Amino acid sequence: MTDGYPDYMQESIKKVKETREERMGKTYDRMTPSEGQEVLNNFHPDYKKEGKEELKIGPSKGRKVPTELAKLLRARSLIDPSEIDLTQVDHDVDVLIIGGGGAGTVAALWSVYEGIDPENILISTKLRHGDSNSMMAQGGIQAADKDDDSPIKHYLDAIGGGHFTNVPELVKALTIDGPKVLKWHEELGIMYDREEDGNFVELPGGGTSRYRLHSSGDYTGMELMRVLRDEADNLDIPVLEFTPAVELLKDDKGQVAGALLMNLETNEYYVVRAKSTVMATGGFGRLHVQAFPTTNHYGATGDGLIMGYRAGVPIRDLDSVQYHPTGAAFPDQIVGLLVTEKVRSLGAQPVNMDGELFVNPLEPRDIEAAAIIRECRGRENGVTTPTGMQGVWLDSPLIEMKSGEGTIEDTLPAMVRQYERFGIDITKEPILVYPTLHYQNGGLIINEDGSTPVKGLFAGGEVEGGVHGKNRLMGNSLLDYNVFGRRAGMTAAKHAKKASIGKLTLDHVNDYNQQIEDAGIKTDKKSPLLLPEYRGKKVLERHLDVEVTL
Amino acid sequence: MSEDEENREMIEIFVMGKRYKVPKGLTIMTALEYAGYKYVRGCGCRGGFCGACATIYRTEDEYKFKMDLACQTAVQDGMFLVQLPFVPAVREDFDIEEVDPKENDNVMLDYYSEIARCVSCNTCTKACPQDIEAMDYVQAALRGDVERCADLSFDCIQCGLCSIRCPADIKHYHLAQLARRITGRYIHEHSDELEKRVQEIKNGEYDDKMKEMVEMEMEELKKLYEERDIREEG
Repeated sequence: MTDGYPDYMQESIKKVKETREERMGKTYDRMTPSEGQEVLNNFHPDYKKEGKEELKIGPSKGRKVPTELAKLLRARSLIDPSEIDLTQVDHDVDVLIIGGGGAGTVAALWSVYEGIDPENILISTKLRHGDSNSMMAQGGIQAADKDDDSPIKHYLDAIGGGHFTNVPELVKALTIDGPKVLKWHEELGIMYDREEDGNFVELPGGGTSRYRLHSSGDYTGMELMRVLRDEADNLDIPVLEFTPAVELLKDDKGQVAGALLMNLETNEYYVVRAKSTVMATGGFGRLHVQAFPTTNHYGATGDGLIMGYRAGVPIRDLDSVQYHPTGAAFPDQIVGLLVTEKVRSLGAQPVNMDGELFVNPLEPRDIEAAAIIRECRGRENGVTTPTGMQGVWLDSPLIEMKSGEGTIEDTLPAMVRQYERFGIDITKEPILVYPTLHYQNGGLIINEDGSTPVKGLFAGGEVEGGVHGKNRLMGNSLLDYNVFGRRAGMTAAKHAKKASIGKLTLDHVNDYNQQIEDAGIKTDKKSPLLLPEYRGKKVLERHLDVEVTL
Repeated sequence: MSEDEENREMIEIFVMGKRYKVPKGLTIMTALEYAGYKYVRGCGCRGGFCGACATIYRTEDEYKFKMDLACQTAVQDGMFLVQLPFVPAVREDFDIEEVDPKENDNVMLDYYSEIARCVSCNTCTKACPQDIEAMDYVQAALRGDVERCADLSFDCIQCGLCSIRCPADIKHYHLAQLARRITGRYIHEHSDELEKRVQEIKNGEYDDKMKEMVEMEMEELKKLYEERDIREEG
């Protein structure tokens, strides 16, 4: 059990305390575009030359992606198509949804609202229904509903935050649908933080020009996800848990026609024939790009990118990865876990080992993260932990100086609880933070209705790209999965009503294997990854590959 | 002796009764992985938000059962532990349109009548890894105070430890979910600002301006972004 900060760190905390009074209420100028570019170029992991690989095969041949992802994209399929009997269909549905997180669940609900009988929907998910990054989001969801705000202002913030690399039509969909999504949430009974009069309590986020962030304490993602799952349960939408998709299926007309699933507990495969298939597998944080720790859930291994790419969907913006500026850097047990941006929204400042403010607390995420890395690696003003991690202080006690005693307990109960377990009281002591791998900015290419360029396949949520360009703003991912989960679900439902499916095939998997061969790629890897590997080194070295039969 | 064992202080834990040596300072979850277990069940968000890794344990010097999340709890020497892969607890379907507490002040009892069997033993509260006053929210539901049930249960991660321990077979986390949805839908005032904005969008009031934004030249858009006014204080 860790018992608070060790003595040598206390000395630095003393300096933070000493400067607190003076810093309070002070702002730090936002960076000019050229200053921002400079810190990104020199310190953001995305802007390093190393760590990326050009794709040699597939629909986005020539694009660069992180090496960790490239290895999976040039790996062979987990399955051997010749061993699969596609004539025995186990589930014959209108809409198959791959992924049981936020996007998948929203897609399922809107397929029902669009007229598909729940019995003709199937959600396939790798872990439990709801296990996802959606569940872990803390800060909140953006939607422009205040009088001094508008979807136009939201549009400008999102596209500027993304360095103007976003797809305009997707940003339009994101921002114009925002208030409608919130209205739907009200009807479902999601509990948001509200003023006495029923209007929402709203906060700013990094890169937002207005107070637009709606939250439910710091359990926002959990509150949304548990209500959406509850509603899917009410509608009796079938869910197969611990049964991920391992490849998409196509038909002889070349359209996507369902998927091959695998029961993780029995290794039995199931053939699902579907008129529409929605990819909603989330992101790839568990690939630990550039060896960063991650905030992501256990199943975030980018499976949908692999399956979608093999089926012919091009990808975009995967060369940029979101490092959340403030991951936990101490204690060791929680390194990499999220310290929500809401801590800064509420008034906490990032300060260095000497208690000096060195950046505006609410820069867009990539700039904020790069500035923290510069403070530690470039200027050597960070604090080193007993296990050799670097970090800067996030001065949380400022929140209570600004808004009164009890504010932290009321607004950040999850954070308080997390740190209390390790003997740290964040109402009195600052939090040590360092950037952590948080979000897959890019992904599968989609149109504004949630369809992909391959017929029969739709996508929503973190698996798709273009909405956020090369940098997502806080509060736009919960919104993304609601907006594009909804659009993908509705479009999939409409498509299912008129689609007809021919003979099922896995030829595209054979073709892809052939392309690997033809490109002279040597690989012993298989993908999708499904689960990351964290077993001890000694155990793996002594691992016997023996099947035990009864 | 492996490299790890030379450099790190090792402790002993008992996973379902079987002894393993693991480095001190790991969480229960990372200790099990160190020992060679690869999770399929029993592991979700790894950050204390999903309730997948509910764990029951005893330590050598304590007669009491303890309950916590494997991802948020450090291993201790001599810990005997098992994780709960699943909690069977029946959930009642409902129609959100049909649960207005103003029309039915017995709504909680209608769906979860077993709350009337609560003997106020407080075992559920003691079992909760989130330190939620679980018994108090069951009692609130019983009194028809739906909002208090919702507020007290808000931080629930639905791990199910409360329901597993309950001698009255109450499904705490399901009834709390119902209370929160009723509260969000019927008890909390809804937002006028939101309603107004939704109507404006429906009436197409942003359509022209949005079209202009989508079609705008990059340079003009950049200029607009750099010159936008930023609300700095609340």
